[in-house]
Amino acid sequence: MSAIPVSAGPLEHEPWHLPSRGRVAMLSLIIGESAIFTIFVVAYVYYIGKSLSGPTPAVLEVPWFNSICLLSSSVTIWLAEREIERGRMKSFTALWALTMTLGVIFILGTGAEWRKLIYLDGLTIHTNLFGTTFYSLVGLHATHVVVGLIMLGLVLLFALTGHIRHEHSERIQVLALYWHFVDAVWVVVFTVVYILGR
Amino acid sequence: MADQTFPIAGSIDVTPPPRAEKTTLLEWLHGWVVTVDHKRLGILYMAYAILFLLVGGVEALVIRLQLASPHNRFIGPETFNEMFTMHGTTMVFLVGMMYIFGFGNYIVPLMVGARDMAFPRLNAFSFWLSAFGGLLLYYSFIGGFGLYGMGAAPDVTWWAYAPLTAKAFSPGHATDYWALSLIAMGFGTLGSAINIIATTLSMRCRGMTLMRMPLFAWLMLVTSGLTLVTITPLTASQIMLVIDRYLGGHFFDTQAGGQAIVWMHFFWIFGHPEVYVLVLPTFGIASEIIPVFSRKAIFGYPAMVAASVGIAFVSLGVWAHHMFTVGMTSVGNTFFVLSTMLVGIPTGIKIFNWLATIWGGRIRFKTPMLFCIAFLFQFLIAGLTGIILSVAPWDWQLHNSYFVIAHFHYVLVGAIVFNIFAGIYYWYPKVTGRMMSETLGKWHFWLFLIGFHVTFDTMHFVGLEGMPRSIFTYMPDRGWGTLNLVISLGGLIQGIAVLLFAWNMVASYFRGKEAGSDPWDAWTLEWSTPSPPPVYNYATDPVVHSRRPLWDLKHPDDPDWRYE
Repeated sequence: MSAIPVSAGPLEHEPWHLPSRGRVAMLSLIIGESAIFTIFVVAYVYYIGKSLSGPTPAVLEVPWFNSICLLSSSVTIWLAEREIERGRMKSFTALWALTMTLGVIFILGTGAEWRKLIYLDGLTIHTNLFGTTFYSLVGLHATHVVVGLIMLGLVLLFALTGHIRHEHSERIQVLALYWHFVDAVWVVVFTVVYILGR
Repeated sequence: MADQTFPIAGSIDVTPPPRAEKTTLLEWLHGWVVTVDHKRLGILYMAYAILFLLVGGVEALVIRLQLASPHNRFIGPETFNEMFTMHGTTMVFLVGMMYIFGFGNYIVPLMVGARDMAFPRLNAFSFWLSAFGGLLLYYSFIGGFGLYGMGAAPDVTWWAYAPLTAKAFSPGHATDYWALSLIAMGFGTLGSAINIIATTLSMRCRGMTLMRMPLFAWLMLVTSGLTLVTITPLTASQIMLVIDRYLGGHFFDTQAGGQAIVWMHFFWIFGHPEVYVLVLPTFGIASEIIPVFSRKAIFGYPAMVAASVGIAFVSLGVWAHHMFTVGMTSVGNTFFVLSTMLVGIPTGIKIFNWLATIWGGRIRFKTPMLFCIAFLFQFLIAGLTGIILSVAPWDWQLHNSYFVIAHFHYVLVGAIVFNIFAGIYYWYPKVTGRMMSETLGKWHFWLFLIGFHVTFDTMHFVGLEGMPRSIFTYMPDRGWGTLNLVISLGGLIQGIAVLLFAWNMVASYFRGKEAGSDPWDAWTLEWSTPSPPPVYNYATDPVVHSRRPLWDLKHPDDPDWRYE
C-alpha cells in the first residue's frame, strides 16, 4: 500500500475533468501527420514548373467526382457518429458502410487516374520532377486513405458481427477524427495540385 | 533523510516490496521483452541510451586519436568519415532521443500520479521500433556492403547533404540503412511523443491542474509537442531520399532540376528544433534537482513554463542559421539572425530563475546538484557562443569550423549530458532502491568536468585558427598540432570518467546502500512510492493540492497550497 490520504486541503469536492486520452492522442497524431504533408506540399509547390522535360501538370484532369465522393464521406461518417451516440446501431452500420464505399470509390478513381497517367501520358515517378512530386504527394494521401479504409473495414466487420455497441461511441469518434483529417488534407492536395498548380 | 516527521504514520507504506521470486533466465528475459510497464520500458530506454553512449563515445575517441597529431595514419579517410557520421547519428538518435523517453517514461506517470502511461502497448511498440532502428543502423557495419562492395557504415555525415546521398555518389546500401533506420526511429519517437502528451494531459491525478504539474512533466509535454512537428519533417525527407534512391525520383537530383538546397532546408527544419527537443527535458531535470538541493521552491514557476513554451515556438523559426554560407537574400539573413537571437530571451529567463532558486538556499552539494551547477555555467557559455554564431557575418567566417563544433558540443555535452548524469544520480535510488556511490560520483563529476573543459574550451581556439570540421588530417605547418593533442587528451579524461560512471551504476546496484522511498527529502509524487515502485505505482489514486504534494504531507502545519 502506498496511498497518500485525502488530507485536508482546498478544492476537495470540485469535479475533476480531464480531456479524453484518445482524442488527445489522435489530435497529436494529426499534428505530426500535418507536418509530413506540409513538407511534401512545399516540395510540390517549390518544384512546379522546374521539370526539365515533359509531361507537365497540364496532363492532369480535375477529379471532381472522386473529390465529391471523398468529401461527402466526411458527412456520412459524421452522421454515423451521431447514430452510435444515440444507440441506433442499424443505421450506424449502414452509414459506416456507405462511408467505406465512398472511400473505396475514391481509391479506385485514383487508380484509374494513375493508370491513364502511366500508360497514356507516360508519366511515372522517375520521368521528371513533376512525376516525382506528384506521385509522392498524391500517393502519400492515398496511403492514408488506404490505412483509413483498413480501419473502417475492421470496424464494419465488428459492427456486422454485433461487437460494436453504444459504449464504443467515443472510440468510433476518435477513429472518425482521423478520417476527417484525411478528407481535410485532400482539400489542400486538391487545391494545390489540381487547381493552383495546373 | 527528512528532518521532519516523515513518513506520516499510516499515510505511506515504506516497507520495501518483496524481492522478486526466483525465476529462470528465460522467464526473466521473456518478462522484459513482453513488458508494457512504463517503468520497465523506461529502464530499457535508459539502458539502450547508455549502451550507445559508450559506443558513440568510442567513436569519438577514435576520431580524436586520428586527429591527435598532424599527418596521422591511425585510420584512413573512409573510416574517419564513417566514424563521425556514426558518432553524430548515434549520439543524436540512439542516445539523445532514447534518454528523453527513458526519463519521460519512468518519471512522468509517477510524477502526475498515474498508474501507467496513457497507452502502455503503444509505449512498448514505440520502444521496440526505435530499438530496431538502432540495430538497423549498426547492422550496416556488417551488411552495408552493397552491390558495389563499397562502404560499410554510412559516411555521408549526420546531416547528409544532397547530392552526396544520391546513388551515384553513395553506392552500396550504407546510406539506405541510415535512411531506413531514421524512418523507423522517427515513427517510434512519434509514438512515444503522442503517449507522453496523452499521459500529461489526460492521466493527471485529482487536483493536479496544469499549473501544479511538476516542471519536468511540463517540459516533457513541451518537448513531445515539439517532437510532433520536428521529427516528422525528417521522416518526410528521408522518405523522399528513399524514393530518390530506390524509385529513381528526382527530389534532390540536380541533373533533373532537383535542388540540393531543398534537402538543406528540410533537414534543418528538423535539425535545429531537434537540439531543443534534446535540451528541454534536461531543463526539466535541472528544474527538479536545483530546488530540492537548494531547499527552496522553484522561483518563478509560471515564467518557467511560459519560457519553455516560448523556446519551443521560437525554435521552429531559426533553422536557416545553419545555412548562412549557402547564400540567402539579405532579408532572409536578417530574419534568421534576429529569430536566432530571440531564443536568448526565454533561455535567459530560465537561467535567472534557476539562479534565483539557488539564491539564499541551503545548498547541498551532492553529485546531482554538482552536475546541475556545472550545467548552469556551461549552458551560459554555450548560449553566448550561440549568439556570436547567430551573427551572419561572423558565421560566414566560422561556419564549418571547430568553433561551431565547440559551440554545439557545449550544448550537447556541457548542458545535456551533464543534466542526464544529474538526473541519473537523482533518480537512480528510486529506480533501483539503492544509492549510487557519492565518492565515485564526485570522482566522475570532477574528471568529467576537467575533461570536458580541456576538450571543448580548446576546440574554440583551434576553430578560431581556422581548422575546418570533418577533415581526417591536417598539415604540420598549420600549427594545430598541440591544440589537437590537448583536445584528444581531454577526450581521454572524459572517457575514463564515463567508465567510472558505468562502474558506479553497476556496482551500486549490488552494493549501494538502501535508499528508502525518499532519500533526497524531495517534494514530487514519485518519492512517495517505495523504491523501486510497485508495478501499479499507487494503490489508491493520490490527491494533490499544490505543486509540492510531499511538502504538504511533511509540513501539515504550513502547506504550500496556502500560498499558491
